[in-house]
Amino acid sequence: MPLRPRYPRIPSSQITPEPVWQARRQWMQQMAGIAAGTGLAGLGATLPQVAGAADTLPPIAGMQPNPQYAAAKIDRKLTTEKDITSYNNFYEFGTGKGDPLDYSGKMRIEPWQVQVSGEVEKPRTFDLDELVKLAPQEERVYRLRCVEAWSMVIPWVGYPLSALLKQVQPTSKAKFVQFVTDTQPEAMPGLSDRIIPWPYREGLRMDEAMNPLTLLTFGLYGKRLPNQNGAPLRIIVPWKYGFKSGKSIVKIVLSETMPDTSWVAIAPSEYGFYANVNPDVPHPRWSQSHERVIGGGFFDPKVPTLKFNGYGEQVASLYGGMDLRANY
Amino acid sequence: MSESSSAAPPAAGARAASMTRRRWTASQVARFKPVLFLLCLIPFLRWFYLGYNDGLTANPVEFITRSSGFWTLAMLLLTLAVTPVRQMLDQPALVRVRRMLGLFAFFYVVLHLLTWIVLDRNMDLSSMVKDVLDRTFIFVGMAAFLLMVPLALTSTQGWMRRLGMKWTRLHRCIYAIGVLGIVHFWLMRAGKNDFAEPILYGTLLALLLLWRIVRAWRNRRRSAAV
Repeated sequence: MPLRPRYPRIPSSQITPEPVWQARRQWMQQMAGIAAGTGLAGLGATLPQVAGAADTLPPIAGMQPNPQYAAAKIDRKLTTEKDITSYNNFYEFGTGKGDPLDYSGKMRIEPWQVQVSGEVEKPRTFDLDELVKLAPQEERVYRLRCVEAWSMVIPWVGYPLSALLKQVQPTSKAKFVQFVTDTQPEAMPGLSDRIIPWPYREGLRMDEAMNPLTLLTFGLYGKRLPNQNGAPLRIIVPWKYGFKSGKSIVKIVLSETMPDTSWVAIAPSEYGFYANVNPDVPHPRWSQSHERVIGGGFFDPKVPTLKFNGYGEQVASLYGGMDLRANY
Repeated sequence: MSESSSAAPPAAGARAASMTRRRWTASQVARFKPVLFLLCLIPFLRWFYLGYNDGLTANPVEFITRSSGFWTLAMLLLTLAVTPVRQMLDQPALVRVRRMLGLFAFFYVVLHLLTWIVLDRNMDLSSMVKDVLDRTFIFVGMAAFLLMVPLALTSTQGWMRRLGMKWTRLHRCIYAIGVLGIVHFWLMRAGKNDFAEPILYGTLLALLLLWRIVRAWRNRRRSAAV
């Protein structure tokens, strides 16, 4: 552990109290229902900031909760916004869990562009504004399971990555997608440690990327992503270990061959390209059978991990006939 | 203390004082022990302070596990530093704080082990056995802990007397415990590919052990010369 504790330095005034956001969520859902019933689409865009001036991150305009991925569908409590935004792995800012919160403030997120290239008919560079409006923004509550055997339940805001990929028209040769995270040496102190051959790269098979669960993510808890969570946009692949879900994406490259990914490059015997959540396949140095639920009581035991993080129904068919032990 | 406890006549005592520094007596060092005791307890008390002030991070179990592990290692290094420091400062009475530091290392390792037994393994014996056998770093940590148990048990004055020279030999185990502790920390950090801290504490341990090797080698040469 570090010599000095790096506990979160969010003033308590910055944290939306649980009853407040619960009430807001309920209100939004009711409003969405009314909007749907009366044809007042887009009413969600005019949501007031219930928590007042303390909420500094702007809300995601036009966001609608997707009932298929409502919090109620998950048998676990939502992780608090404070925990989600103060306990992060984002090595560009340091390897400590509090480092991203402490040091990501200087990351420049405007202007932001995403270059989509490789095996596509229409390679393009998108401005962030364009991307935000490319498809309807939905709120989806997903489980997040870190390879380090802890987990959260997070209300993300975004839309399926497939919406973006369709825009650039993948060629018939496009079999894989690579995501590249930005590097800002002046704002990312972790880049001076050669822990990872920067930039951070992750990737998916094309069918995984096109799966409706794979989310191009712009927000959490109804607001723009905080820097430490991968602002201004990131990938969320809920059935895979968290490291697959690249943050602060600047490049998306489609290719015929399996792309380079960071953790496979560092430790191929410990981290695989697929990295599907799987309680039956232990990490070489620890078991993946159970997970620590962040936000639980101090004496709460770890809980069993679900295969594909509980999303087997939607994704197990992607891996028919594959040996998931060999393809970890 | 105003007067030297030396039995030597004043003139000889003065000459000794001018040649070496003034030596602390055993009781002078003993008077400092309550202060040291409280200092060593601060990391433990700090957990309660942080706990009440929402400062144990989003993952308090991990925080306590890592903090107790860190302080075990810190106390081990401090224990190992006593001999070099007392010989360098020529203050033999400092040996009086060594047992307390060693027992604090044991105190923190017991808490470290308890976090694993109760909070990580949920007191499930078979999962503990499996964890020790499956994970090299847990195995190494457990080996270090088991080696610490006899040292803690034989730390009393009575056991020192009873074991005599054997006590000294037994307590040389602390060198192996230190090395295992660093290996344990190193293997744990391998997951993050981040070795800055294990390298720092490993270097400190290496210096403390090297100092002993050099001194033993010099003593042997000197006695061979005589």
